[in-house]
Amino acid sequence: MKRKQLSAALLAATLLPASVFAGEVEVLHWWTSGGEAKSVAELKKMMTAKGDNWKDFAVAGGGGDNAMTALKTRVVSGNPPTAAQIKGPAIQEWGAEGVLANIDAVAKAEGWDKQLPPVVSQVMKYKGQYVAAPVNVHRVNWLWVNPDAFKKAGAKVPTTWPEFFEAADKLQKAGIQPIAHGGQPWQDATLFESVALGVGGPAYYKKAFVQLDQATLAGPTTLKVFETLQKVKTYIDKGAAGRDWNLATAMVINGKAGMQFMGDWAKGEFTAAGKKPGKDFLCVAAPGTAGSFTFNIDSLAMFKQKDPAAQKAQADLAETVMSKNFQEVFNLNKGSIPARLDTPMDKFDDCAKKSKADLTAASKSGGLVPSFAHKMAMPSATEGAIDDVISQFMNSSMSPKTATERLAKAGKVH
Amino acid sequence: MAKHLTPGRIVLYAALVLMAIYYLLPLYVMLSTSVKTLDDIRGGNLIALPQSITLDAWSKAWSSACTGVECGGMKGFFWNSVKMAVPSVLISTLIGAVNGYVVSMWRFRGSDVLFTLLLVGCFIPFQVVLLPMARLLGELGIANTTSGLVMVHVIYGLAFTTLFFRNFFVTIPDELVKAARIDGAGFWTIFFRILLPISGPIFMVCVIWQFTQIWNDFLFGVVFAAGEAQPITVALNNLVNTSTGVKEYNVDMAAAIIAALPTLFVYMVAGRYFVRGLTAGAVKG
Amino acid sequence: MSSSQSQASLSALADRWLPKLVLSPTLLISLVFVYGFIAWTGWLSLTESRLLPQMDLAGLIQYQALFENDRWWTAVANLGIFGGLFIGCTLAVGLFLAVLLDQKIRAEGTLRTIYLYPMALSFIVTGTAWKWMLNPDMGLQKVINDWGFPDFTFDWLVDPDKAIYTVVIAGVWQSSGFVMALFLAGLRGIDDSIIKAAQVDGASLPVIYWRIIIPSLRPVFFSVLLILSHIAIKSFDLVMALTGGGPGTASDVPAIFMYQFAFTRGQLGLGAASAMMMLMTIVAVLVPLMYMETRSAKRG
Repeated sequence: MKRKQLSAALLAATLLPASVFAGEVEVLHWWTSGGEAKSVAELKKMMTAKGDNWKDFAVAGGGGDNAMTALKTRVVSGNPPTAAQIKGPAIQEWGAEGVLANIDAVAKAEGWDKQLPPVVSQVMKYKGQYVAAPVNVHRVNWLWVNPDAFKKAGAKVPTTWPEFFEAADKLQKAGIQPIAHGGQPWQDATLFESVALGVGGPAYYKKAFVQLDQATLAGPTTLKVFETLQKVKTYIDKGAAGRDWNLATAMVINGKAGMQFMGDWAKGEFTAAGKKPGKDFLCVAAPGTAGSFTFNIDSLAMFKQKDPAAQKAQADLAETVMSKNFQEVFNLNKGSIPARLDTPMDKFDDCAKKSKADLTAASKSGGLVPSFAHKMAMPSATEGAIDDVISQFMNSSMSPKTATERLAKAGKVH
Repeated sequence: MAKHLTPGRIVLYAALVLMAIYYLLPLYVMLSTSVKTLDDIRGGNLIALPQSITLDAWSKAWSSACTGVECGGMKGFFWNSVKMAVPSVLISTLIGAVNGYVVSMWRFRGSDVLFTLLLVGCFIPFQVVLLPMARLLGELGIANTTSGLVMVHVIYGLAFTTLFFRNFFVTIPDELVKAARIDGAGFWTIFFRILLPISGPIFMVCVIWQFTQIWNDFLFGVVFAAGEAQPITVALNNLVNTSTGVKEYNVDMAAAIIAALPTLFVYMVAGRYFVRGLTAGAVKG
Repeated sequence: MSSSQSQASLSALADRWLPKLVLSPTLLISLVFVYGFIAWTGWLSLTESRLLPQMDLAGLIQYQALFENDRWWTAVANLGIFGGLFIGCTLAVGLFLAVLLDQKIRAEGTLRTIYLYPMALSFIVTGTAWKWMLNPDMGLQKVINDWGFPDFTFDWLVDPDKAIYTVVIAGVWQSSGFVMALFLAGLRGIDDSIIKAAQVDGASLPVIYWRIIIPSLRPVFFSVLLILSHIAIKSFDLVMALTGGGPGTASDVPAIFMYQFAFTRGQLGLGAASAMMMLMTIVAVLVPLMYMETRSAKRG
């Protein structure tokens, strides 16, 4: 069967004129809605302009869960896509399976090492060689605030945890739900990591959630994080269980709730409702995390291709993804900021500009940390086990002490 | 069985209507959401009546919502699903009918064991078969094709279709078949002349089940046919799921109803074949 | 005379072999695609496979990890609660509706379609509608509170102890229509004359149904039970869309557990082990039942 296919391919190759040697790129992604889909459409346009065919392989759902299932079966069946949306340590896991393609040639020619912050380029490499190209940087440790609600309650926008609880009390007295939250595991983890970063600081965060140091995970800081989280929990309404994040955002938009912990994609929801940053809503760093930056980077990992035309198209794809032009267009649509440092920022809004400034500052001060809630910091098995503990804590009367013990135990899963 | 209204029949109708309301409630939520504006939905009145009615969401779901890089709505994906569902349903139903006929009317030594072994196939979790199936389809060179997907659906539909027909045929009196055999009718003659004509209701049950399962299947579709040949459920899933984008519930709901239209149509048509009397005469035969 | 005799014996011979011949492709398929794949999964469950399958045996470590995982035990307990309630309720509602519809009802076609339609809708989106209706802040509870009953509470969806019951409610809604169709097809296959004869003997309608009609539907019950246990054990979309296994992991079920570990978390070996546990339970509980039923089903 295979031989037949091969000989057919050879036959076709000898008969057809050279112009059809244009390669095909098949890209597995889960950017299927609104601004995201538009962003990918731009990529397609740029690739077509280079003479490559774009074969769309969009699989949405569950933050990429479905896409990963589809990807695994494709790799097992022996025809992987050209590139797939894979991020964080998962790139290392796929690299270890020996299926990723080396794109160092492109990276060297384009000078990626100079264009990317070291923390970012490190994630894109497997054993020192580029196997993936980053498209954006999301900041996760944002607090979204409705200033009208705060004015009504006479509260001040918090920068520390004591200030936060003071403001929350005032909001509650004014009949406003202090925190809008959705009780889904990834949202619980997002909230947790902002609290952990705010309470423990970047050094603790890195030791506990990147190095998975047992003593730190089981230590007093973790206990304090859970105690703070327990207090935060009391300002969340009961109906939060299972709520989608954007419905929580809607509560902030229409003033039912005062604030929400969420990454910078929440901005899209505000602007879609016709709200202006700085006026109708505020983006501030989560309490105690002003100098730090939890990053969540989307990237395209490249899979080994047999066909030389496909290899060339793959190189085109890597080059295009890292072009200033694409980085700008993509991120304007998506609400994030470009991964490439030298991309001009003048078209971006204030929240994005602030994000960029904080990224640069945090990258110098050591406050730049990967978001584990968004699969950037640890192996998927560990992250899953830690998510389980956090969401069990959020949805039961588990004591901070028990939660700390369980978290440490979960940190051992790998 | 008088047809005029007695107290008993009033209670009967009341019960039926009450149940109908329970069944219709979610449909009401979906329909009313689909004609609301996004502002109306954001206002938090998710199950209230719409403040004003607009069909924008429907036209967007049909022709301009994004399901990936392409933003052509749901309309392009019907054909993909039809190409996959019709052959899968027909093949699996027909094989199931013959199998059911064998294990009920032509039992041989060991046939009960074989039938039981076959039934275990009902319970194999589909997630388990994804990887070995992918490797097999890859070897056969039909990975990522509609024929591959049809094959998968037929294979995992057989246990159920066989079960349906077997359990229908065992209720048919033995004498019917015995008499035919004495008259010299063979294996196929009995099947085509005697059993098929009275199998209307079970055919419909089987087609309803298979069509629903296959049309609504997401897992096999996304794994074995994502991309250009993707079935409508995969497109629907892409349309509905947004990781970090703005969620348009009205378009989601409209798209979901659109994707379900063929199944609804099958139910309305198939339902007619449940009418009593169609079979009575033949069974008494 | 003799030629017709030999023809008859030839066709008798064909009739002896044909049934086996006709059944064999299906058996071969099930041998490869059901039993072969189960064996493959069993092998995987004994390896350390992570992201992709690898075949080096590593003993029973995955089973050990599985039994130490409290999420797994929550999932198993939930399957017990959900399975029992779902199968019982769906069976009762489906049979009830079928019997009601069998009373020569006006507008039967419309009602039948209303009861059946939930099956047509993919749970990818229906789940959202249910989620809204069951949510205390915007759904039924709010509506009834607004009607002037402020004390009414219905917050099972967000209550970790009760979330699994909301899955039952939505599950019954989705599946009972099809069960009704199965029973209706069975009822319509029953000879009218039996009922008439019983009526002549003076039996009341409920008695006729209870004593005569429902017992004759035994094979239909068998189909229904198998189908419902199939749905219960594989319930994935339903739970995923409604509660996502939450609040926390309170409404987790084995199918979700397996999918997440095998595909999302890169613990393929552990996922395979959980699949094997599911399959072994099914084989231990259901196969003897299925065999008994198959053997004892009286024909005619």
